[in-house]
Amino acid sequence: MTQTSSAVQFNIQSSDEPTRNILPLLHEVKHALHNLINIGEPTIIDLRSIPLAPGEEDEILNTLGRGEIQAHLDALGPSEIIETAYAGVWIVTHYNDENQIISRFIEISKIPDILASQSEDINAAHIRLASDLEHIETEKPA
Amino acid sequence: MTVDAKKDTTLGDVLRAQGVSRRSFLKYCATMASMMALSPSMIPGIANALEKAKKPSVIWLSFQECTGCTESLTRAHSSTIESLIFDSISLDYHHTLQAASGHAAEAAREAAIADNWGKYLLVVDGSIPTLDAGFSTIAGISNLDMLLQTAAGAAAIISVGTCAAYGGIPHAKPNPTGAYSVHDIIRKFGNNQLEGLSPATLANKDLGTVVDKPIISVPGCPPIPVVITGVLTHFLTFGEIPELDHIGRPRAFYGQSIHDRCYRRTFYDKGLFAETFDDEGAKKGWCLYQLGCKGPTTYNACATVKWNNGTSFPIESGHPCLGCSEPDFWDGGGFYKALSVPTENITKTAIYTAAGAVAAGVALGAMNRAKKKAASSAHQRVTIDDLDK
Repeated sequence: MTQTSSAVQFNIQSSDEPTRNILPLLHEVKHALHNLINIGEPTIIDLRSIPLAPGEEDEILNTLGRGEIQAHLDALGPSEIIETAYAGVWIVTHYNDENQIISRFIEISKIPDILASQSEDINAAHIRLASDLEHIETEKPA
Repeated sequence: MTVDAKKDTTLGDVLRAQGVSRRSFLKYCATMASMMALSPSMIPGIANALEKAKKPSVIWLSFQECTGCTESLTRAHSSTIESLIFDSISLDYHHTLQAASGHAAEAAREAAIADNWGKYLLVVDGSIPTLDAGFSTIAGISNLDMLLQTAAGAAAIISVGTCAAYGGIPHAKPNPTGAYSVHDIIRKFGNNQLEGLSPATLANKDLGTVVDKPIISVPGCPPIPVVITGVLTHFLTFGEIPELDHIGRPRAFYGQSIHDRCYRRTFYDKGLFAETFDDEGAKKGWCLYQLGCKGPTTYNACATVKWNNGTSFPIESGHPCLGCSEPDFWDGGGFYKALSVPTENITKTAIYTAAGAVAAGVALGAMNRAKKKAASSAHQRVTIDDLDK
């Protein structure tokens, strides 16, 4: 075992032989895109639900690549939402407050749900803004 | 943990009071859906149900245990995510975590029982000794009495860890304290089906009120922290206990074997095995079956949820699964014996027994002594000088 300044590395080699789950998963993404185009149905694939060897998840992400949008969310720890090189295919990664991945999804949709403003937050924002404006107007000298 | 006198407070109220946005809550629900192996399409439904759930009272009892289960939970992989639920429950009694002690602590437990009769969740870690109450008592109350008193008014019981779920290590042979699991005590004891229990222990115990209580087993040594949270989340979301397997575990987390979800499964299918911990197969990450991996007979979520903040799980770190979420895993005959190898030399045992030994236990004792002697004579002492070479 060797130790670097920031991470412990174990003497384990990942095999050259993968689980063979990469191609089926990419085909699933292709079918989901087909559904999005033809019936407008979005799909979410939970990457934790599929057995993958060390390195295979990175291979999937590398194959999908990066597109035009990268959004960062700060809600109970950071989240990263990126559109892949294939429009309509998003990678949504949630981190905890120590920047460790807690869940990762491939979302096939026009825009991931979590990026849109939520109705409850919009309602709260409306009340807050109205209150703030009232406060400003009260404070304003005549 | 927040102790709030307002019992009708909903989780949504608590979250809004803490300034948690709906988007943050959706992120939590997406992560929990992933953990509970629920379809991502259920995320909005989970969010709606959780938001309206009433803040529950939880009483946590620790019996014959090592506190590893509480350690596991308090080191859950994200303080923010886990605390979302744990700040939202009223943990009214947990003798490791609570500030109160002595009479005040017991008064808190009694008050929680009285105030929330029929509604509180009872979480138990550790097994219950039955041979002598003195093996484990809290405030002078035997573990058995405290379990029965507290279970009587519970909505459901969650047995956290293999000791509470199946007896665990205290229950391992020769079980010197007569340890039993929560399920054994509540269900089998209540129905007079528990064999080997002293009649004196059975005397004057009224199990009529507890025998039908729902029991959820969350085994593991320790259990994966998010599985504990997941069970609470499920209860709060759906208002009922999750679907359980034949030994009381939630199917969402224990529905598939480690082997089925293991990324090394492909090597098993091809017959590619590591045979020692440092051979070529081990270095190439081949299947650990021949090194004693209990993955094929062990049901848990380690291969998908993983440990240490989702870093890896024992097999990914190069060690076979010990099968810690299964009943009697400690008596399985050896962690490093392949499942296909009998746990003892059956032929030899039969010869010892047939030769007039009083019981098979005598035969096994003789074998164990012989094994110990052989191991001792084969053992080479390692000195400091050897290590310096």
